[in-house]
Amino acid sequence: MNLNKVLKGLLVAVPVLTLAACSSNNETDAGDANANANQPVVADQGLSDAEQLRQQLEALRQQNTIYFDFDKSDIRSEFASVLDAHAAFLRARTTISVTIEGHTDARGTPEYNIALGERRGQSVQKYLENLGVAAGQMSVVSYGEEKPVDAGNTEEAFAKNRRAVLVY
Amino acid sequence: MNFRWITKSVIAAAALIASCAQASLEIIITEGVDSARPVAIVPFAFVGATKPNQDISQIVSADLMRSGKFNPINAMRMPQQPQNSSQFNAAVWDRTGVEAVVMGTIKEVGMDRYSISYELVDVVKAKGGVGQPMMNAAGRIVGGTNHILHASEITITGKQFRQYAHRMSDVIYEKLTGERGAFSTKIAYVLVRDRQEYRYQLVVADYDGENEQVLLRAKEPLMSPSWSPDGTKLAYVTFERKQSQIYIQDVYTARRSILTSFKGINGSPVWSPDGRKMAMTLSKDGNSEIYVMDIATKALTKVAPHRAIDVEPTWAPDGKSILFSSERGGRPQLYSVELASNQVTRVTFEGEMNLAGKYTPNGQAIVMVNRTNGQYNIARMDRTTKFMQVLTRTYLDESPSIAPNGSMIIYSTLHGSNTQVLALVSMDGRFKARLPATNGRVKSPAWSPFL
Repeated sequence: MNLNKVLKGLLVAVPVLTLAACSSNNETDAGDANANANQPVVADQGLSDAEQLRQQLEALRQQNTIYFDFDKSDIRSEFASVLDAHAAFLRARTTISVTIEGHTDARGTPEYNIALGERRGQSVQKYLENLGVAAGQMSVVSYGEEKPVDAGNTEEAFAKNRRAVLVY
Repeated sequence: MNFRWITKSVIAAAALIASCAQASLEIIITEGVDSARPVAIVPFAFVGATKPNQDISQIVSADLMRSGKFNPINAMRMPQQPQNSSQFNAAVWDRTGVEAVVMGTIKEVGMDRYSISYELVDVVKAKGGVGQPMMNAAGRIVGGTNHILHASEITITGKQFRQYAHRMSDVIYEKLTGERGAFSTKIAYVLVRDRQEYRYQLVVADYDGENEQVLLRAKEPLMSPSWSPDGTKLAYVTFERKQSQIYIQDVYTARRSILTSFKGINGSPVWSPDGRKMAMTLSKDGNSEIYVMDIATKALTKVAPHRAIDVEPTWAPDGKSILFSSERGGRPQLYSVELASNQVTRVTFEGEMNLAGKYTPNGQAIVMVNRTNGQYNIARMDRTTKFMQVLTRTYLDESPSIAPNGSMIIYSTLHGSNTQVLALVSMDGRFKARLPATNGRVKSPAWSPFL
């Protein structure tokens, strides 16, 4: 998975950069970053922490949605790697928090779908927690059927709307 | 009663001045006119110089038609157009099959002052019988007034025409059916216009879609409006702060206050029949549960807790028990909890799932969203016989709300490819109508109590 490769590279640099930031106000961290030369560092070595973060978030936002089966809230195995990447980022960036939005398709009542959407959000939260992400970094909000990405009423549209979105 | 109405209408008029007069909803009757009783609303005579732009007889005619119980005949088919009962010719009306005739006169009596008088005549009684009025050879009534079911006179302003016409419909409907009319009621609903920045609007309108008043515009979803029993306030859910919160808003002053903002779900607020408590769904402890909040003290009581999803509380008319949807038996079904004992009883067993239960005003039946063979439709279950009848054939029905006289259910459904619209179905399922929005999707209808 492309996203994971990018993130792995970015994440390796994180602890080093954080240390460097603590030890000095010097913006050039090139020397420290060289210590990780054996790692597949994708990010430019001269990047500031803020720039690194921006790139990480941008990469994560590319794959921030996982989809669910009808009336289900368990995580499909195909989305494990996406959630692994988010977990790795959140473990490394403990000051960053994420909102997990739960959504449903239009079937069922709006009020029931709020509960179903929350269950989806909570199942993502639990999954990330099991991967070591601190509970305090995550919050869940369910929008039920209120914010469809596709307002159509085909099976295809319903499948796109049954989702959880990780929002930073 | 009259005084109360006048006071209320003055308040209502003041609140509505700023609102847009253009209605977004229209009503298209799709089924059930054939079985309705024929009546005639004779176009009212007008005496004066400045004719008001609201046509009273047309409004009454439309009201009665939309009740599903009456089929007002076209003016072209009327054998005569009497202005009062002394001009009424029972013989010619008898041949039309019309059961009742409404006739009246509007007189301009001053600057924006109109005197309106009308009478409701029963054609069968007018025709005569034992103890009934007699017809002379020319068909005129010569004795007795039993055939006049109602006669009334009032002086109002031009602006009050529409509201007064609905009051007339209430009276006529009650005289002819024995059941209170619900034409002077309102509906609250959520209007979604996808291309606008403030795409979610909480709207209150007359039951027929007129006099639309936008209470709130938001960038984030608005849900689950619920009327206070006195009809002055709405409770609803808003996501304006990117989390759900329950607010209470005054319909006339538009002032609002926050009721709940717990972590997780703050959902489906529903006022108790005495107006002091609010039932709601909260998930602050991790799982969606039914709660009852004392509105004055904000004290919370958890009701019928279970680790499965519990949602959509609604009060029994006596306020002693709460009906809700729960997954405690697997798929969602309706359950009832008696508040004194906290004893839970499963209410529905038919169908793959049942959601959004509501008691009819007399408490004898429950209206719900039923899923059978994957289809979501509005159904009614008699509480004594447990007989369940699916009332609609529309697609993805949700959010049923019952008129305060129990005659009609308004709900949200899909029409055409993607459009969410409101629809009406009578309690017996015979009459059906659609209320498409001229612009936008409409959902979460809530019928007001009697106002």
